[in-house]
Amino acid sequence: MLRHVMVAAAIAVAPMMSVVPDAAAFCGFYVGKADTSLFNEASQVILARDGRRTTLSMMNDYKGALTDFALVVPVPVVLRRDQVKVIEKKTFDRLDAYSAPRLAEYFDRDPCEPEVMMSATPGGATRGRRVSDGLGVKVEDSFSVGEYDIVLLSAKESDGLEAWLVQNGYRIPQGAAPALRPYILQGMKFFVAKVNLAAQAKSGAQFLRPLQFTYESEKFMLPMRLGMINASGPQDLIVYVLSREGRVESTNYRTVKLPANMTLPTYLRDGKQFTDFYKTMFDQQARRENYKAVFTEYFWDMSWCDPCAADPLSREELVAAGVSWLPEGSGVPPTQGRRPPPPTGASPVMLTRLHVRYTRDSFPEDLAFQETKDRQNFQARYVLQHPWRGSPDKCKAAADYLKSVRDRQDREAKALANLTGWDVNDIRRRQSRAPMVTPR
Amino acid sequence: MADAVLPATRPPVWSRVGARVRSLDARYLQIGFLGSFLLFGALVRDFALRPEQVVLTFAAALATQRIGAQLTGLPSHSLLSAVVTSLGLSILVRADSLWVHPLVATLAIGAKFAIRWNGKHLYNPANLGAMIALLLLPGAWISPGQWGSDMLLALWVATFGITVSSSARRFDIAWAFLAIYVGLLVLRIVYLGARWAVLENQLSSGALILFTFFMITDPMTTPNHRLMRFLYAAIVAVGAFVWTYVFFDTNGLIWALFLATPLVPLLDRLMPAAKFQWRPQSPYPTAPSGRADSR
Repeated sequence: MLRHVMVAAAIAVAPMMSVVPDAAAFCGFYVGKADTSLFNEASQVILARDGRRTTLSMMNDYKGALTDFALVVPVPVVLRRDQVKVIEKKTFDRLDAYSAPRLAEYFDRDPCEPEVMMSATPGGATRGRRVSDGLGVKVEDSFSVGEYDIVLLSAKESDGLEAWLVQNGYRIPQGAAPALRPYILQGMKFFVAKVNLAAQAKSGAQFLRPLQFTYESEKFMLPMRLGMINASGPQDLIVYVLSREGRVESTNYRTVKLPANMTLPTYLRDGKQFTDFYKTMFDQQARRENYKAVFTEYFWDMSWCDPCAADPLSREELVAAGVSWLPEGSGVPPTQGRRPPPPTGASPVMLTRLHVRYTRDSFPEDLAFQETKDRQNFQARYVLQHPWRGSPDKCKAAADYLKSVRDRQDREAKALANLTGWDVNDIRRRQSRAPMVTPR
Repeated sequence: MADAVLPATRPPVWSRVGARVRSLDARYLQIGFLGSFLLFGALVRDFALRPEQVVLTFAAALATQRIGAQLTGLPSHSLLSAVVTSLGLSILVRADSLWVHPLVATLAIGAKFAIRWNGKHLYNPANLGAMIALLLLPGAWISPGQWGSDMLLALWVATFGITVSSSARRFDIAWAFLAIYVGLLVLRIVYLGARWAVLENQLSSGALILFTFFMITDPMTTPNHRLMRFLYAAIVAVGAFVWTYVFFDTNGLIWALFLATPLVPLLDRLMPAAKFQWRPQSPYPTAPSGRADSR
């Protein structure tokens, strides 16, 4: 009775995260006037990791005045200017759409007719080194990339770094020095970016494009603590990890898979309903874990998907996201819907999508990762099973079938209530009013 | 032995119960503890572990223990130890197939018979098994973050662990290790000026407690002399700390113990002492004692 017609629908991060209140910047802090509200909604990061080589891309959805924007990110090594790039936002959009939580929709067949398979359709500038006297801050390099002016700093002590940033026109949130100190003592350097207004105006972009940098280091981690300085409520972080071997998980926090693959009431087919469901369900799960867990939303070999929420990324798109280990001429031709597994040895890119909702206190340490050898696919996928609509008198099997549908719908209502905390009677009312959907 | 005959010389009830508990093979307590930990992990923490994997681990470990004992003529009553190892491997090793667990169990127990020195086996079987999985087998891994950070749980585990180690008379190495390792963590926090919440997150790891009370305390694979045990604990603690916080690599505890193990024969030679026996002498008649048991 499965798989007559399958429809995949996916939610993108942007609408889903719009409920997150007061989230501050990730991976550093945005610096600005103390009275300006400087909040972004959900931070997104792409980490491409192969051996010691790491490419980190960060998307800012900074909403304040561009003159106030600055980003401070601790990095393990001094970056060369050819290791820093500006990439297009669409790389994030593509990864998001491809790995987003999805709905898979199936239609029951007519119990009176033999089974027939049908096809699937998809839903959805250069200066030398300088040392600032007395502050112990050394400007390792400074240059411009796209709309950003970049400075790379090393520092001996946190007060000096804070003073340097203030003297050079960056306004630091209170409490920055103590947060900077552990990074300095661990020998980390600082990547500081602000917007070059002239270059930004010339580019005509409406938003700040993501910054990307590549370095070699044993450290497989995200410096998320700085972003918590001006945080008040819970913040959301989505990490897309591209790796060669297998699933990536946190080593210093628990990584859990979201509840998935259950059959839910068919009225969730309405896009907003599904988004509501997912937001509520995620919220429940995060609170149940006291905001101390990292959630896996997706893990799959990037050369195939089932159902595909969006086309797989092309070779160029993967390279843009930081993948450096694809052999020449490999990659995947675009197709839609469902993509079968490739013969073994095909493009070895694994995508792990991690979703963290954290508070200042729930994540006292930076997030550290490891790549496991786990290759079992996982996706936050939810199933809608549309019943066959017909008369119980059509054949003997029809009456039995319709009874089994009622039992099934009751289980679906209970599953949804359990996941979201919604009232089960309310769910049942909506179920009974759900419009009939016919296979396309 | 009737009460009326010798009322004055009979020890009080609590003392008799205590003596009986102490005379029990410590491994029963270990099995009880590790079993409940595994159950907790599987039911509450959703360890990525399938029941078939656990069953296969046990079957392979017990069979290997039996066959190994028969082939080598070593005492065969160590099935208890094989159960302890099976539990440890089930808690530690993760795999996306069914063959990894039994293979790891077979190799880990097999090494007890194959890699021996001075009448003792060299490697702690669970430690060796975890390393084999980590280094040699495809589709196998260890999840150090799988425990979450629940302080209460950690305390609970530690309390039980203390009971077990104390009755196994290797209480000392657990405390020596913990004191040095935690001391290093504290120094790091103070040096970095980091928040104490960081320490709390590090200490409430089930992995650390499991390692402290059930792996490094294995009396069969640690030095016989107390002083040498302290030295050994210090080497492992410093090694694990450097591995994790200087080289930024994962599974520091398991690596450090594995790399330090070949030092045990050397430390035993430096300061010899009597070998550990699982079943202590008891004032009450129990199973024949003094056999060269091995875990």
